[in-house]
Amino acid sequence: MHEHDVLVIGGGGAGLRAAIAAHEEGADVAIVTKLHPVRSHTGAAEGGINAALREGDDWELHAYDTMKGSDYLGDAPAIETLAQDSPSETIQLENWGMPFSREDDGRVSQRPFGGLSFARTTYAGAETGHHMLHTMYEQVVKRGIQVYDEWYVADLAVTDHDDPADRECHGVVAYDIKTGQVEGFKARNGVILATGGTGQVYDHTTNAVANTGDGQAMAYRAGVPLEDMEFVQFHPTTLPSTGVLISEGVRGEGGILYNSEGERFMFEYGYANNAGELASRDVVSRAELTEVNEGRGVEDEYVYLDMRHLGEERITDRLENILHLARDFEGVDGLEEPMPVKPGQHYEMGGIETDENGETLIDGLYAAGECACVSVHGSNRLGGNALPELIVFGARAGRHAAGKDLGEPEITTGKTDDIEKETDLDTPVEPGAVGASEGDAVADGGAAVVEPDETVRAAVERERTRIEQLMEKDDGIQHAELREDLQKSMTANVNVFRNKEGLKQALEDIREVREAYQDVYVNDPSRTFNTDLIHTIETRNLIDLAEAITLGALARDEFRGAHWRQEHQERKDDEWLKHTMLSWNEGSPELWYKPVILEGENKTYEPKERSY
Amino acid sequence: MSTQVPEEQEQTEPDEQAAETAVQQRETPGDRRRAERDAERQERQAAAGAPAEPDEDAVLLKVFRYDPEVEGKMEPRFDDFYVPRKKGMTVLDALIYARDHFDTTLTFRHSCRQAVCGSDALFINGRQRLGCQTQISDLDDPVRVEPLPHQDVVKDLVVDMEHFYDQMHAVEPFFQPEEESGGDLEEYRQTRENREKIKMSTRCIWCGACMSSCNIAAGDNQYLGPAAINKAYRFAMDKREGENMKEHRLNVMDQEHGVWRCQTQFSCTNVCPKDIPLTEHIQELKREAVKQNLKFW
Repeated sequence: MHEHDVLVIGGGGAGLRAAIAAHEEGADVAIVTKLHPVRSHTGAAEGGINAALREGDDWELHAYDTMKGSDYLGDAPAIETLAQDSPSETIQLENWGMPFSREDDGRVSQRPFGGLSFARTTYAGAETGHHMLHTMYEQVVKRGIQVYDEWYVADLAVTDHDDPADRECHGVVAYDIKTGQVEGFKARNGVILATGGTGQVYDHTTNAVANTGDGQAMAYRAGVPLEDMEFVQFHPTTLPSTGVLISEGVRGEGGILYNSEGERFMFEYGYANNAGELASRDVVSRAELTEVNEGRGVEDEYVYLDMRHLGEERITDRLENILHLARDFEGVDGLEEPMPVKPGQHYEMGGIETDENGETLIDGLYAAGECACVSVHGSNRLGGNALPELIVFGARAGRHAAGKDLGEPEITTGKTDDIEKETDLDTPVEPGAVGASEGDAVADGGAAVVEPDETVRAAVERERTRIEQLMEKDDGIQHAELREDLQKSMTANVNVFRNKEGLKQALEDIREVREAYQDVYVNDPSRTFNTDLIHTIETRNLIDLAEAITLGALARDEFRGAHWRQEHQERKDDEWLKHTMLSWNEGSPELWYKPVILEGENKTYEPKERSY
Repeated sequence: MSTQVPEEQEQTEPDEQAAETAVQQRETPGDRRRAERDAERQERQAAAGAPAEPDEDAVLLKVFRYDPEVEGKMEPRFDDFYVPRKKGMTVLDALIYARDHFDTTLTFRHSCRQAVCGSDALFINGRQRLGCQTQISDLDDPVRVEPLPHQDVVKDLVVDMEHFYDQMHAVEPFFQPEEESGGDLEEYRQTRENREKIKMSTRCIWCGACMSSCNIAAGDNQYLGPAAINKAYRFAMDKREGENMKEHRLNVMDQEHGVWRCQTQFSCTNVCPKDIPLTEHIQELKREAVKQNLKFW
């Protein structure tokens, strides 16, 4: 059994920042990640880091923009923490050598982004995430932090207490992809989940193939609630063929969108009379699809994003990476032609419920970054707010897990006595586990396991059994087919535009896939680099997450931020200023609600109409 | 189940595009969608079971296979996969298709699909390239896909990257400014010119294509190799670190297995998927090292 003070699961932006922070607090920290850290999807982030650094800007403006962008579903303490900590965390990256783009006076450059009242998006070309990831990995190397790369964390080692609030996390079980060994990792102080997004739930996504929401699914099944999962961001500018992201920076620098008629539709059709192309992402995505649905799309599928008028010099200076992406992945020369774009899944606003210190309901279990929901983004994330979330909350989780006192959090986790439960959700099929075996019930009939070493050992045994079962079975259904069915249904039914009928259809499809998964088998008998096995385990996670997204979407009968409902075209503040919470509940998912916190440090954020 | 793959397999889904378009319309009744899906599934099963004649519209992939512990794969071999061509299809797309439809044991690293994670550097038709960045239509048929040369093969297209990482870690690959920043949001100022100077060198995605293409690295395991030297260049040229640190960095490079091993064959530069002028960077470090030595002479 491996043993460290703090274990960080995932080697992307949040994970690396957490590991560095824990190390600085003197903890023995290790990163366990299914990819080598530099392969993480933080590296694909293009636009930048919102930070109130300059004269005329301040954290309160950043907080206000973020709250407005969230459509008043973000929690004020989380949003204000983000806005307050982002400047020092951003400059910390500069001090670690990150090659930001520069102004004439040698300071880091900032540019305008959608939904921002000040040009505060700090950037390094159109490859900010790449530089952030590599800069932090350099610091991990410098500090000699141990990295177990290509180790797939398959489960958490959590005690058997009946009430999730009493449970403790003592480590993880990981599968060494190179050798097929299943081993226990004990964490003396804490486990930090930093496993990124859930894009593989959909078939047209900017996310990597590795973004399968493993951390969310593991935490969920261990008893931590998932929060606001129905809020999925569809980025308005992705390449139609592949889903490759074209940065919002293109519009930030002045790029324009037009339809097949050559009309600049953001203005012409009144989608955003003030901000135009720089309206919030949900607004622009809906506008594009409305254009397509009304017959003004190009090839009935996409619209054009044009940056030619910016001129070669400016494009090469600030957006060069975009030229490469458009050329390599769509065969389009962005200097000569407009680029075809359409909305694609980009970001999951919801995730593992945490407080501002990254801590979950389960003692010793933390989450940070896209897999977590503090909640900073509420129902819609602003461009440039994901990267600061990684570093701000990654650092906080790392420090807290290492034992630093960060003060009492204002956000509470878990159920209180007076919670509001959803009692009449009309689902066409029972959600949740199929039979007892899939419930991943913590207790397995014997005495409850609560002792740390024993908890890890029991989790290892469970995982070995699961993997052996998958490997020994020699026919049945293969995961790829199930994953494809799942993705297609989610894209068809739980996309930008949603209605009750489609959501119910999705639940039926998910159920079908879940039942079929009972018969799944792994074709590859090898213990060496068995990606067939890893993908099969990941697909199980995708099923749980797709269901969580869809249940939330069905329950929330209003239109807020990224969540649009055909039958409910209004934001309903009287009823819905609350987070959608989903507890696994040993395989019988339970939906309940938690009020949004709109009281900030100095003021209360009053919900206003969100127009751009 | 055996990992043996039928010699020739093909898959045609003429209606796939139409079906996809149909399912994307949100008003599509669930019943219809489900019927389409079932039809697709049947078609898929029929195609997977019956080896058919290679289609004109299919690209032939010849893929290197090896597994150290699976019978029939311990001896390296090439398997053929006929993958239906699609507009814009990359080598990675074709490999994914072959894996998901024909043989789930086919193993390769990949993640971002957009040339930034650096996982899928492969030896494609005799050249190091990223699978995701290489269009099938740009290649001669058949497309031969092999693991990166000069590295130990773990399985199929997966190579052991440890040596590459060791070399990257050997050049003090982290920012070491001589002076502490002033704190309190104080930045190290950098001119646009200096940022431009290091820009290309910071684009490295650690894919290992350069190292694999380098004859010298193949013969000298201690040679730092183009990627690691480029990493050193990135810091040596960054004026924020200061002159003394630059001197130190040049000393690290100015050694037998450092810059002087490079024989300027430009193979690394030719294969770099991020267009980093690696050979030029190595040459510049050689010149800087000479200048520095002369200074102390």
